[in-house]
Amino acid sequence: MKETLLEVTDLVVKYKTDLETVSAVNGISFNLNKGETLGIVGETGAGKTTTALTILKLLPERVGIIENGRILFEGKDLLSLSERDMMKMRGDKISMIFQDPMSSLNPVHTIGAQIAEALKLHNEKNRTKEQLETRVDEVLEMVGIPPSRKGDYPHQFSGGMKQRVVIAIALACEPDLLIADEPTTALDVTIQAQVLMLMRELRDRLQTAMILITHDLGVVAQMCDRVAVMYAGELVETGTLKDIFTGERHHPYTKGLFGSIPKLNGESKSPLSPIEGLMPDPTDLPAGCSFYPRCPHASEQCLLKQSDAILSSTHTVRCRLFGKEA
Amino acid sequence: MYKYILKRLAWMIPIILGVSVIIFLILSLTPGDPGTFILGAGGTQADVDELNHKLGYDLPAWQRYFKYMFGVVRLDFGTSYMTKLPVLDEIVAKVPVSVSVAFLGILTSLLIGIPLGVLSAVKQYSLLDAIPTFLAIFLAAAPSFWVGLMLMVLFSVKLGWLPSQGITSIKGYIMPMLSLGLIYGAQTLRFTRSSMLETIRQDYVRTAKAKGASKQAVIWKHAMQNALLPVITVTGNNFGALLGGAIVTETLYGLPGLGTYIVAGIKSKDIPVVMGGTISLAILFSIVMLLMDLLYAYVDPRIKAKYAGSKG
Ligand SMILES: Nc1ncnc2c1ncn2[C@@H]1O[C@H](COP(=O)(O)OP(=O)(O)OP(=O)(O)O)[C@@H](O)[C@H]1O
Ligand SMILES: [Mg+2]
Repeated sequence: MKETLLEVTDLVVKYKTDLETVSAVNGISFNLNKGETLGIVGETGAGKTTTALTILKLLPERVGIIENGRILFEGKDLLSLSERDMMKMRGDKISMIFQDPMSSLNPVHTIGAQIAEALKLHNEKNRTKEQLETRVDEVLEMVGIPPSRKGDYPHQFSGGMKQRVVIAIALACEPDLLIADEPTTALDVTIQAQVLMLMRELRDRLQTAMILITHDLGVVAQMCDRVAVMYAGELVETGTLKDIFTGERHHPYTKGLFGSIPKLNGESKSPLSPIEGLMPDPTDLPAGCSFYPRCPHASEQCLLKQSDAILSSTHTVRCRLFGKEA
Repeated sequence: MYKYILKRLAWMIPIILGVSVIIFLILSLTPGDPGTFILGAGGTQADVDELNHKLGYDLPAWQRYFKYMFGVVRLDFGTSYMTKLPVLDEIVAKVPVSVSVAFLGILTSLLIGIPLGVLSAVKQYSLLDAIPTFLAIFLAAAPSFWVGLMLMVLFSVKLGWLPSQGITSIKGYIMPMLSLGLIYGAQTLRFTRSSMLETIRQDYVRTAKAKGASKQAVIWKHAMQNALLPVITVTGNNFGALLGGAIVTETLYGLPGLGTYIVAGIKSKDIPVVMGGTISLAILFSIVMLLMDLLYAYVDPRIKAKYAGSKG
């Protein structure tokens, strides 16, 4: 039995501004085992980045509010940790790679300094300056950048190389959990493949558990053990890669999502067919199932609050179509 | 980099030529002649003509321009029509006053504006933001002569600590420095604040937080240097503008600076004074801008790379 690393329960996150309240994450729960990779997929605005930022407690101050839920990391409740203890977690135990490598690096510091900073902040072993520099070289080599370039500034690197530097920073302290928020979306296709391969290699070598956020089901198929499908701040379906990609029974949203991408084995049966309609307004969500307005199987029951139907020990779907089988 | 500096210095020649032509043209196109100004209402037309002839003002404008510029090349800026003193000597006496007043004023404005600007950005929505921001808006809206007068009322009249006029002692610099420091400090504060607010929302600041850096470290190590970039530009412009433009402050405190010198020259159509003053101002301004650009390159590696890469 695998050990649980991360346990998120009933998480509710809202963005509250003077003008409106955005319900970004609406009661999501999931687990992640050590060394496992979970993919979170969903349309733009589904709440993926919000979920990631919540785990690191990096939501925008004042605006981003965790209204409910519990996040256990190695048994510790992150939400009740002090900011000081949380700082020790960030970058050391839990790291994050952000959506856009172009803007993720500080333009006025050398990349070597930016990697070294992560090491210095978590220098429990009291390594000397030279040892830290050696480690910087090691990390750079690991991501395929010649250590001789550590004195260069971000603007001297291409997008793909910047993302490697970002990965180097995230992995410098060998975290137990890496959250990668669309790590390749901003890169062109060939570079995407390289960066993904690098991430997979490093993950396998370092035994890092990973949450991989993406729009791209192809990336999920390549990288993930389990998949969570997110819609309007809820996880509408969770399962193993197999459950999601090959199983017969799916949430209508998952079906729609898969209808709009090529099949796992590469043969594309139907042309891209994006799901009709738009995601509901997160400032004014419908009472019941939030997919109801776009769902081909909608009925009156969908106006009621939905609960998860458990299709197998690994596979759950939040849809009334499967309610009786729970 | 050296190439860049040399190139910038070489650029000063066309700038000076351009400035001198424009000023000379304006002076020639405005009505009135120096003879009339000097002799006033009492002079006969014959006296005026004779004086103009003596000053070389009866020659066509283009000849006068070339004559004057040939002098400038030999560091001869002519003699003031009004005071009969060599313009160069007067400029040499006035430039240090203007430069020190501008420098002290700008320095004070930075010492006030940057820390308070950062503070109000970091403590956004709190009183520590509201109070400095309110004061800054108030000061920015207040006319500069009013600020100067109020200081004078306080320090010279009420407390008697500082002289109200002149710079016979070093104390004389304090009030001009404070007055300019407050006015420009208010502007620097607002600029630093908005720049900092924008910077702390940048992705790389979030990256730094995700590494486990503390809030303080994030502000000082990551945000500060980036947030100051636009502030440097504004400060450079202010400094340049103050060199010749602190006329209100110079007049109010009776400072023998370049600004009042040029204005007095314009009023009495003292062509050598206006020309000499403007040309030295153009030179000073160019030097300040160059220094600011170098500072900018020092702070921002992207800019430095651009300069190092520029050939010739
Ligand atoms: N700082 C903020 N203030 C207010 N609303 C926000 C803020 N950040 C995000 N939101 C809103 O919260 C919802 C979820 O946003 P989030 O960034 O988590 O989506 P996402 O799934 O990561 O989308 P994408 O795929 O585009 O990155 C969206 O409706 C978004 O507009
Ligand atoms: Mg996102």
